[in-house]
Amino acid sequence: MLRGRAFKFGDSISTDHIIPGRYAHLRSNLPELAKHVLEDADPSFVSKVKKGDFIVAGSNFGLGSSREHAPLVIKMAGVSAILARSVARIFFRNAINLGLPVLICDTDHIDDGDELEVDLAEGTVKDLTNGRELTFGRIPEVMLRILDEGGLISYIQKHGDFKL
Amino acid sequence: MGKTLAEKILSAGTGNDARAGDMVIARVDLVFIQDTTGPLTIKQFQASGLKRLANPQRTVVFIDHAAPSPTSTLSNDHLFLRQFAQETGAILSELGSGVCHQLVAESLARPGDIVVGSDSHTVTAGGLGAFATGMGSSDVAVAMGLGKTWFRVPESIRVVVSGDFPKGVGAKDLILHLIGRIGVDGATYKALEFSGAAVAAMSMSQRFTIANMVVEAGAKVGLFPADETTRKYLVAQGRGDDYEPLSPDGDAVYEQTIEINVAELEPTVARPHRMDNTALARELKGTKIQQVFIGTCTNGRLEDLAVAAGILKGKKCHPATRLIIAPASRQVLLEAIKAGYLQTLVEAGATILPAGCGPCLGLHQGVLGDGEACLSTANRNFKGRMGNPEAFVYLASPATAAATAISGEITDPREVL
Ligand code: SF4
Repeated sequence: MLRGRAFKFGDSISTDHIIPGRYAHLRSNLPELAKHVLEDADPSFVSKVKKGDFIVAGSNFGLGSSREHAPLVIKMAGVSAILARSVARIFFRNAINLGLPVLICDTDHIDDGDELEVDLAEGTVKDLTNGRELTFGRIPEVMLRILDEGGLISYIQKHGDFKL
Repeated sequence: MGKTLAEKILSAGTGNDARAGDMVIARVDLVFIQDTTGPLTIKQFQASGLKRLANPQRTVVFIDHAAPSPTSTLSNDHLFLRQFAQETGAILSELGSGVCHQLVAESLARPGDIVVGSDSHTVTAGGLGAFATGMGSSDVAVAMGLGKTWFRVPESIRVVVSGDFPKGVGAKDLILHLIGRIGVDGATYKALEFSGAAVAAMSMSQRFTIANMVVEAGAKVGLFPADETTRKYLVAQGRGDDYEPLSPDGDAVYEQTIEINVAELEPTVARPHRMDNTALARELKGTKIQQVFIGTCTNGRLEDLAVAAGILKGKKCHPATRLIIAPASRQVLLEAIKAGYLQTLVEAGATILPAGCGPCLGLHQGVLGDGEACLSTANRNFKGRMGNPEAFVYLASPATAAATAISGEITDPREVL
């Protein structure tokens, strides 16, 4: 069970919003890079987010570049899951590969600051602030297994190969 | 039931019947990294316990994004990449060679190949019939070590293109028009497959421009058939043996068909800060532009520089507008020198950068000031893309870029042709 506050974002938050290209020189200094997470979408995000909180977004979250640094800095900021109406393909795969759950659901009725409770096994999101309950779409089997092992690298460390 | 191009290539890559919606493990024929996503890929590779590259001669490390390096931290990343290439036997593509996707197109990808790169514009090689797609560092690290990866076989959207391009209108206008029509998530998780009489008539350079930007509509891959034009291109590149004809089956199943008659298109521009925020160039007349950039994996090829030189010949850039040009590869640079295009462009006032990504991703070589606008031939115009969230990026063709450089405001190139 995951529990935390919702940080609400709109549609089409790109990887350039999440971690702008101008910080590419910091990519080998992850703690410094993480200080700029989502800076171009909400400059105060990094100072407010706490461990366990959620990113709640509209459609097409994470579009743009293939930089895995984008989900990585979100994870480093303490975010426990991303909830969105839809997610761009490469970002989705990258987040799961880092062990960061991405849940596709109708996020319209979740407001900024709401307290949420997510049950990954049951596939449900409870908004404790307004009492609503949502279900999220099933994550494909192969991705669930990667998520269960904490990400692709630990999956490969353990199994040495893919199994479908 | 017949197969789409994506189904054909992935079936061959798995040795099984791969159909849209299937999860498959496929062989990877070419895998590459570049200097901004490469260091993390190498760290993930090292952490994974996979010790050797599955295929060092088909694994490439490109130094192109921050090249030559503007800071010591990036120089240290380059050192790390060079060391990795040396230790593992991977091919190293040094600075000045050009943008990864252009070099993959010129010398590495073959029709029917499965190509994975740690850069979203890996889709460019779809122009010659390779199933080429961008992935993140962990996926690419594992593909380097295992020589395979998993895919969900995508559904395909068929784009049937007919008609002849009017003067001043080209491949960039077509792809911007398509993205404007279907939106930045119009093809998410899907393959876009191009066909029709206008596709058969297109040069490879035009095909690469279109394939390059399919990811801007969310697509996993953008596929062109491999035909006589592809064969001639490969022969001219000295690798005729890499040619293999490739076309979809007549009874393949598509999720949707989109028809475009290019004769009806006009010069098109994507406005800040989204690629689907499109308008016609003539509708944006009067929009002042401080910097024009011609280059990138989208439009930094010889044909693009030829178009720009044709428009700028004997003319001068507007005094309030600077023109920056970065050829996509060393081959492009050399051919542009021989053809006299660079002389024409420099005489018009252009600044020539080394072959590489140049200012495209906002790291160096032409970062914009607050409130400034750039008209660029690149593929992305997100807020902050060219290094400054207070600046504005418009995307357009090389013809529109050259016409804009002369007038200092967004200009329909048909006005100067
Ligand atoms: S030219 Fe621009 S879009 Fe192309 S690979 Fe380089 S940074 Fe990316």
